[in-house]
Amino acid sequence: MITEQRSKYLSDSVESIQPSGIRRFFDLASSMENVISLGVGEPDFVTPWNVIEASYHSLEQGYTAYTANAGLLELRKEITRYMRRRFGVTYNAENEMVVTVGASQAIDIALRAVVNPGEEVIVVEPSFVSYAPTVTLAGGVPVPVHTYSKNDFKLQPEHIEEAVTEKTKAILLCSPNNPTGTVLSKTDLQKIAQVVEKHDLLVISDEIYAELTYDEPYTSFPSVGNMRERTILISGFSKAFAMTGWRLGFACGPKDILQAMLKIHQYTMMCAPTMAQHAALEALVNGQKDVIRMKESYRQRRSLVTHALEEMGLSCHIPGGAFYVFPSIKSTGLSSEEFAEQLLLKEQVAVVPGSVFGESGEGHIRCSYATSIAKLEEAMKRIKRFIENRE
Amino acid sequence: MDAKERELLQLIEKNGRLENSTIARLMGISEDETKQMIEKLEKEKVILGYSAIINWTKGTDEGAVTAMIDVKVTPKRGVGFDKVAERIYRFPEVKAVYLMSGVYDLSVSIEGKTMAEVGRFVSEKLSTLDSVLSTTTHFILKKYKHDGLVFSENEEDKRIVVSP
Repeated sequence: MITEQRSKYLSDSVESIQPSGIRRFFDLASSMENVISLGVGEPDFVTPWNVIEASYHSLEQGYTAYTANAGLLELRKEITRYMRRRFGVTYNAENEMVVTVGASQAIDIALRAVVNPGEEVIVVEPSFVSYAPTVTLAGGVPVPVHTYSKNDFKLQPEHIEEAVTEKTKAILLCSPNNPTGTVLSKTDLQKIAQVVEKHDLLVISDEIYAELTYDEPYTSFPSVGNMRERTILISGFSKAFAMTGWRLGFACGPKDILQAMLKIHQYTMMCAPTMAQHAALEALVNGQKDVIRMKESYRQRRSLVTHALEEMGLSCHIPGGAFYVFPSIKSTGLSSEEFAEQLLLKEQVAVVPGSVFGESGEGHIRCSYATSIAKLEEAMKRIKRFIENRE
Repeated sequence: MDAKERELLQLIEKNGRLENSTIARLMGISEDETKQMIEKLEKEKVILGYSAIINWTKGTDEGAVTAMIDVKVTPKRGVGFDKVAERIYRFPEVKAVYLMSGVYDLSVSIEGKTMAEVGRFVSEKLSTLDSVLSTTTHFILKKYKHDGLVFSENEEDKRIVVSP
């Protein structure tokens, strides 16, 4: 909580949201030496060279002006082909898609396009830190629905039922999930779809980690039953193509909703960065082999880390996707924040306390395994020593 | 070769010093299985050896000179290029020999302490072989990348230390 005196000019809505709990750990970890960070929420690969080179080329050719508001048509057409090929969902490049500044902006304009003041949006927790604040800033009320380690952090349809009121407008889903790595199977999604249909909800499905699943083929939410007409699908290039800093994402969905989102986008953003759009085009056309290479490497490191955690007695479900493990640290008797802080101070390993991802993340820590094998092994050694020294 | 063997080979091709225990965990198999698989691949000569990639220009005055020589030869009846190639690759200063498509036949890499030493090898040993018609010698001036490794790479992690 910021304690210094606040300006009288600030709006109530911005005052009502808290700064992210991650911030404190960032400050603490940044001030220390010899830190191995498992706290990074992005790939450890540099963007594949052909993608960077394509962006250079576009700049050399003088493509430095705005693009269409919705993004380069050529890119949107390629996104259509890609989404159909990879996930079996089809969207019209002309009017059912907008290219955004990261998936984060897509979530923002999706919420602003559909939420009326006071309407409720269900946020499945533990969740990415920005969901609830983005709902609040859109004038809505975030309603957390918790998931639990006993269910491998899978959303239970009956818990949605319990949270639904007459004010519920939408539900924000994220599979594979950040921070838990949990992937919802086709059957899970079908059950959720029934509840969604029953209560006439809209689904905002954040599928940014869809390429990074390791055990079974991925099911995209709009491909389930007739969910396409009530789903805004959010994705992007950050995780699969190692392009976080390019800030490029997209949203797909029914025409009327996407056109409403485009209206917000055109007034507030104009368009996504042109050079990043050219890079993304190359990523879609020639990048699948790199996605496979990086995914294979994450899969190996997932195996390394889950085995090591298991051996030191931190119980952990095997996450089906993303690049996070979310082990329980309840056996240590520490809160997740205490654990993370002490681990950082004593052994210089940075992890993120589960509590920053919502109340149901308490008792867990998020470790990203998107870090070199040598660093992961050293980090696991240090965590093991930290736990043994406490006993 | 099955998928597991291929995965193992790709791992140790990148880093030959990975511990068996690490390989086992990365691949989700037991250490015994890992050990057996490596022994099998060594026995079958799929794995030929292990080496380090060294930047000799760093921290030592001991220079090494590498030359790549394009060699045109007359193939021998019955054995084609293989016999000539063998005559060449048996010299210890020869680091690599490849049969090439295109305007010349064999590409030969030679390593020596000085340019003169390499030159001597070419004029005295290589050119004098019966089947060798001509040689063109190129000296390597600087190595930027070798076996997939960039020599001056800045390996530093450029990500911020904690992010959502």
